[in-house]
Amino acid sequence: MPEMTMIEAIRQAMDEEMARDENVFIVGEDVGLRGGVFRATQGLIDKYGPERVIDSPLAELSIVGIGVGAALYGMHPICEIQFADFIYPAMNQIVNEAAKMCYRSNGDWTVPMVIRAPYGGGIGGGLYHSQSLEAFFTHVPGLKVVIPSNPYDARGLLKSAVRDPNPVLFFEPKKGYRLIRGEVPDDEYTVPIGPAKVTREGSDLTVFAYGMMHYYALQAAEQVASEGIDVEVVDLRTLYPVDRETILNSVKKTSKALIVHEDNLTGGYGAEIAATIADGAFTYLDAPIKRLCGPDVPAVPFSHPLQDWFMPGVEKIADEIRALNRF
Amino acid sequence: MELSADLKREMFWMMLLSRRLDERAWALHRQGKIAFHISGIGHEAAQVGAAFALKRGYDWVAPYYRDLALMLSLGMTPREFIMGLMGKREEPTSGGRQMPSHFGLRRANVVSHSSPVATQTVHAAGIALAIKMRKDDRVVLTTIGEGSTSQGEWYEAVNWAAIHQLPVVFMVQNNQYAISVPARKQMAVKSAADKACGLGLPGFQVDGNDLYQVYERFCEAVELARSGGGPTLIETLVYRITPHSSDDDDRTYRSREEVEMNKRNDPLLRARSEIEREGVLSASEIAEMEDRALEMVNDAVRYAEQAPYPSVEEGAYPVYAEQIRQKEASHA
Repeated sequence: MPEMTMIEAIRQAMDEEMARDENVFIVGEDVGLRGGVFRATQGLIDKYGPERVIDSPLAELSIVGIGVGAALYGMHPICEIQFADFIYPAMNQIVNEAAKMCYRSNGDWTVPMVIRAPYGGGIGGGLYHSQSLEAFFTHVPGLKVVIPSNPYDARGLLKSAVRDPNPVLFFEPKKGYRLIRGEVPDDEYTVPIGPAKVTREGSDLTVFAYGMMHYYALQAAEQVASEGIDVEVVDLRTLYPVDRETILNSVKKTSKALIVHEDNLTGGYGAEIAATIADGAFTYLDAPIKRLCGPDVPAVPFSHPLQDWFMPGVEKIADEIRALNRF
Repeated sequence: MELSADLKREMFWMMLLSRRLDERAWALHRQGKIAFHISGIGHEAAQVGAAFALKRGYDWVAPYYRDLALMLSLGMTPREFIMGLMGKREEPTSGGRQMPSHFGLRRANVVSHSSPVATQTVHAAGIALAIKMRKDDRVVLTTIGEGSTSQGEWYEAVNWAAIHQLPVVFMVQNNQYAISVPARKQMAVKSAADKACGLGLPGFQVDGNDLYQVYERFCEAVELARSGGGPTLIETLVYRITPHSSDDDDRTYRSREEVEMNKRNDPLLRARSEIEREGVLSASEIAEMEDRALEMVNDAVRYAEQAPYPSVEEGAYPVYAEQIRQKEASHA
């Protein structure tokens, strides 16, 4: 099985979906000749032409709004927001339009659309090239929110997102674009939107994570294994709608839960997971539900020591695991 | 352009029907039978003239909440409109989910719109982009008030359409007020049409109370768009004869003298006198039309009052496209 990076898997998924369905097209800033600032769309303009790989004006709300309109006509746009931090101008189109269209038209109009956005810190991007903003969107019925953590899932989930009849926000851990490698089969496959995945079996406690933090969580679990701590890791993969069953089953087995995300703590996505566990597995718990998150500051600061202070990583996760294991 | 007598009669009928329905909506509100109405009185000539320039049911439309006459011209029925006012299950825009006059009509290619203004103009550009990608020969009409041209979304939509020469007609129904704020506080230019020159498309202002002038100008714009000539911006100058909505009190921001003066330009009266002068319709034929309109409005109210509300279970869906079948099953 060939090994590839996240970004290669994402590119391959788009390439295959554009080949499969001529209604699929890409729109975003620099997605054409430049192939995207992260090269996610590299080469696609040569293959599919500028009519299907469209360099947008530098205006995020209309990248999404144009996508909504095209989707209403039966197309299946893949809208690229260059950095998730720049998505806010498009909030009205995502939250008030794309997410509500099916419900508000009683099912007469739907918006089959993917919005791809690289998210996350640790790459020296400062406040405005580092943000994690999944929590804004996991509060919005009508949207689906997906975050892959590895190349296999990135390819399979993105293909599912393109085929989904709803608006799907697809947040990509940009630090992992070239860092995270993995085996990806040549054969056609998809990974369904919805199910979380137990990526490491264990019995002492469960770490719930997604995206880049899942990558670190696996490493942290490996590190503490030599100390005799047997950690289960769950990759949430689809944040909304959330797979409550897999979460609760794991907690019922391990009785301790640590939730990790790099978005800041208060009102973050981890709160929803914690509430899910408290509600559905209260009597199984042997310890408080713990969260390891970014601090409650506006965003990731630029200077390296400050960035390191902000970002959860392998060491911080391992420390939290040890503390929770001792409880 | 020579307009046929049949066309003139049909357009006048739509204006008349829209006015009588709109007036009934105000009456229903005052009777406490509906909670809200947003009116299009004064906009009828502009909307009917624009609608009739389209291949109705073939071209696509992204409207706004003041477009009653436009929607009737595109095939929405009086019963459907009144059911929308009452939030009845059978109303076709949303099954009672949206506030009244938040239009949408799938069978007529009218896309659903929301309350935040100008959002639908970007959809219109996106639809037009899709039309161009598929090499279809459809045209998109999108409508908006002059206040909403202050929104960034509107500029981005027009910019896209101009860059890609998309088949869209941007209609601005300038009725002088955005609720209470007059047009001079919305824009430094004299006409919203002047904004076109900064965005790279042709812009025109027309007298929105002049049905024939509106129709002819929109025919030209639609023809240009259909033949690959790109978008056009048209401002129709009208006057909002009523308050913004049933919750507004326009006496707090404009004089009665101003309103009375503008009523002299009432597009329905103007169309009527024109059409009588031309001999297209006689006074007695117009009286017959009035009877027919009254009958239809009465029927619509009777029908809507007896129509069922949605069942509360229906409030839970369809949030996602996968749930649409659930809706269809429950209607079966």
